[in-house]
Amino acid sequence: MEPAPTPPPSPALPNALAHLPIPFQAVDYAAKGYHLDATVNPDQVVDVVSLLDKEGLALDTITGVDWMAQGQMEVVYDFFHLSKALRVVVRTRVPRDNPEVPTIQKVFPGANWHERETHDFFGIRFLGHPNLTPFLLPEDATFHPLRKDFVS
Amino acid sequence: MITKEVISPPGAPNETFVINLGPQHPATHGVLRVKIVMDGEYVVRAEPICGYIHRMQEKMGENRTYAQFLPNTSRIDYLSAMTYTHGFVGAVERAAKLQVPPRAEYIRVITSEMNRISSHLVWWGAFLLDLGGFTPLLYAFDDREKILDLLEAITGSRLTYSYYRIGGLYNDVDDDFIKGTREFIAQMRPRLKMYRSLVTDNIILRKRLIEIGPISKEMCRKYGATGPVIRGSGIPYDVRKVEPYSAYPEFDFLVPTCEEGDSMARYLVRMEEMVQSLRIIEQALDKLPSGPVMAEKVPRVLKLPAGDYCYAVEAARGRFAVRIVSDNKEIPYRVKLRTPSLSNLSLFEEASAGMLLPDALALMGSLDLVIPDIDR
Amino acid sequence: MTEAITNLVKLLATEPYRLLVFLVGMMAFVGLNAAYLVWVERKGAARFQRRPGPTEVGYAGLLQPIADAVKLMSKQLIVPAGVDRTLFRVAPLLMMSPALMSLAVIPWGENLAARNINVGLLMIFSFASINVMAIMLGGWASRNKYAIISAARVVSQNVAYEIPMLLVAITMIMVTGTMNLNEIVQQQAGAFWHWNLFRVWINPLMPVTFLIFYTCMLAETNRAPFDMAEAESELVAGAYTEYSGMGFGVFFMAEYANILLGCALATVLFLGGWQSPFGILSGVIWFLLKMYFLVFSVVWIRWTFPRTQFYGLLNLSWKILIPVSLLTLILSSAMIKLFHHA
Repeated sequence: MEPAPTPPPSPALPNALAHLPIPFQAVDYAAKGYHLDATVNPDQVVDVVSLLDKEGLALDTITGVDWMAQGQMEVVYDFFHLSKALRVVVRTRVPRDNPEVPTIQKVFPGANWHERETHDFFGIRFLGHPNLTPFLLPEDATFHPLRKDFVS
Repeated sequence: MITKEVISPPGAPNETFVINLGPQHPATHGVLRVKIVMDGEYVVRAEPICGYIHRMQEKMGENRTYAQFLPNTSRIDYLSAMTYTHGFVGAVERAAKLQVPPRAEYIRVITSEMNRISSHLVWWGAFLLDLGGFTPLLYAFDDREKILDLLEAITGSRLTYSYYRIGGLYNDVDDDFIKGTREFIAQMRPRLKMYRSLVTDNIILRKRLIEIGPISKEMCRKYGATGPVIRGSGIPYDVRKVEPYSAYPEFDFLVPTCEEGDSMARYLVRMEEMVQSLRIIEQALDKLPSGPVMAEKVPRVLKLPAGDYCYAVEAARGRFAVRIVSDNKEIPYRVKLRTPSLSNLSLFEEASAGMLLPDALALMGSLDLVIPDIDR
Repeated sequence: MTEAITNLVKLLATEPYRLLVFLVGMMAFVGLNAAYLVWVERKGAARFQRRPGPTEVGYAGLLQPIADAVKLMSKQLIVPAGVDRTLFRVAPLLMMSPALMSLAVIPWGENLAARNINVGLLMIFSFASINVMAIMLGGWASRNKYAIISAARVVSQNVAYEIPMLLVAITMIMVTGTMNLNEIVQQQAGAFWHWNLFRVWINPLMPVTFLIFYTCMLAETNRAPFDMAEAESELVAGAYTEYSGMGFGVFFMAEYANILLGCALATVLFLGGWQSPFGILSGVIWFLLKMYFLVFSVVWIRWTFPRTQFYGLLNLSWKILIPVSLLTLILSSAMIKLFHHA
């Protein structure tokens, strides 16, 4: 069920953000499409994202993945660098029955809509989000269609 | 009778009112709704409300095989369908480690760039329509028609092409297409010059766009705005250059940028991008290699190895990224579509505060929104 | 028999019948013009945009306006809930009637005017201002936010453009020394260099005066690039948003009647009215040619330029047109005093 763990870091690619206290793993870009990958605890997300903000990375998108078999939800934050070929993925896992992550809306205002969308689709609650109302779903929607146990 | 809730009484300058721009409104080009709190003609707060044509493309992606999902990708941003298909097939090819033949990559570049020109032409006409000039739209459609005819001849479709296949292309281009494309380039170059003297240099247009709706570099970064929006703010971010894909590294082209960050800057960037696209097409036609257009041994039933795979392309509106999470089955476990219009529009609320309504609409037009691209 | 005809002519020349003839004639003229100016506008727009325009109804779409009128008349007149019904219904009429009344004093030919009165110019300007009020009332009564924004815009726009227009009118009154439109045309007899437009020895800024008048005319009739009131990409249809069927149709007709009036007035004041440009064969045909050329140029401008921004419009009026028109006023009065003093 679970995808294989990230492949061994390719030595050819130096870790451009090695100076940051983030557990980055270098990834083979040609095989995966991104350079650095880190899995952090939910409570570290805001700190990690603030560090990336200071490095001048831009927010690409936020999304979720429902790992139903393990009872977990994964929140994936994508970042890109504005001038270097550097794509960074930050992941965090939350329990599926109580998916809560602090919002990064204060660091990246653009996260507002992405978090709302992720809340729509997965029911992941972003703590501290000012307006966690349905974004793409109807305004009275209470269902989360991308959960694997969703039946229409 | 008109009641007091409708019109503020005299001497109440702090009183605001709400207007609902959309979901059916001439300036929103589709079914976008913007709830605007206004103080007279000034925008206090403009909140876009999305989702009116939400189709849950990502759920559809989890319910069908990779090849079956392919037509959906053309329907996200119907104006630059080629690049969106490119993003999706690119992600699948990356995961399946398929080698696309060079001729197919070249043709992908040619058709993507033609699609970019046609998309920019629609934007140009529609933007001028927002500004009250109706005539340019017809000129733009006249030119776009030639692109659509050319693409129709090889893909069989005028808008939602689904021309790229996993591992290559649906079919090869013929000599007529190459000849027609060369003729089109020869026609288009003087047309772009004419557009410059006819429209871009018009004083009314300049007054309406210069210094209207400035977007700073920092705002672009914080909101993840890409494409002509970020390039209009002076950052030369272009996926074709930063994360080169397909055959783009083999061509000589520039990334036009403008330091000003106003609506005019975004306008000029897009106009210049059409010139650059013509250059790319011309080079690709000159160097077009021969050979097959489909990779060998593409499995009929495609199963991607478990893991997640990203692929980003430069669509007409900016960075389009696909993330496929696979669990080694025939259908993907998760398909994430990162669309540029959503990020580009998300800065509208901050950028439009305090503007006059017509200026805010000029700003919105300069973001080049395609609503299905936001709602997916 | 001859006597009967003479009597009939005498009878028709008496005041009530004269008015009746004028009324019917003017209504027909304005109605036909409005209808066929729509056709001209659509055909003109089509030509500017490299497309054929209306072709289906009649030869070259010539019956299209009639089809449009039938369509508009067969539509339901919707009066939205909660509007001021009286004002809502009166507004289109209020917009139409001043234009009709003003056309009464326009001298179409040497002896072809409904009323030849001494204060013709004054009468036109006093009636023309009612037009603004009509759009404002329509917008106000519609109980629609877009319409109210449009109403507010129309008022400030027209206040701004009334001033330079009146300054230009005063200049013309000084130059011609009369407010009688027929006399103004008489003065421009001869050839085209006698037209007020080219009488630079009275005022070297005369062509500029004409340009100011023309610009103000575009703004007063809410035509592009000054169509703030309609501004379809911002305000949907502005003050006309809630009007349907013939309510909208009358507004539409009134818009063309006002353009017609503006162009007719420009023809009288600057282009020598019914005077021929060569000094011979003067007649109503020249008037119509000149007027329709101006009407065509209005259409031309509409399909060529984008819409101005609202503050750009006000800046143009307050910072450029008003100072320049004041300048022409002062200059011409000085010139008249110094060189042309009788």
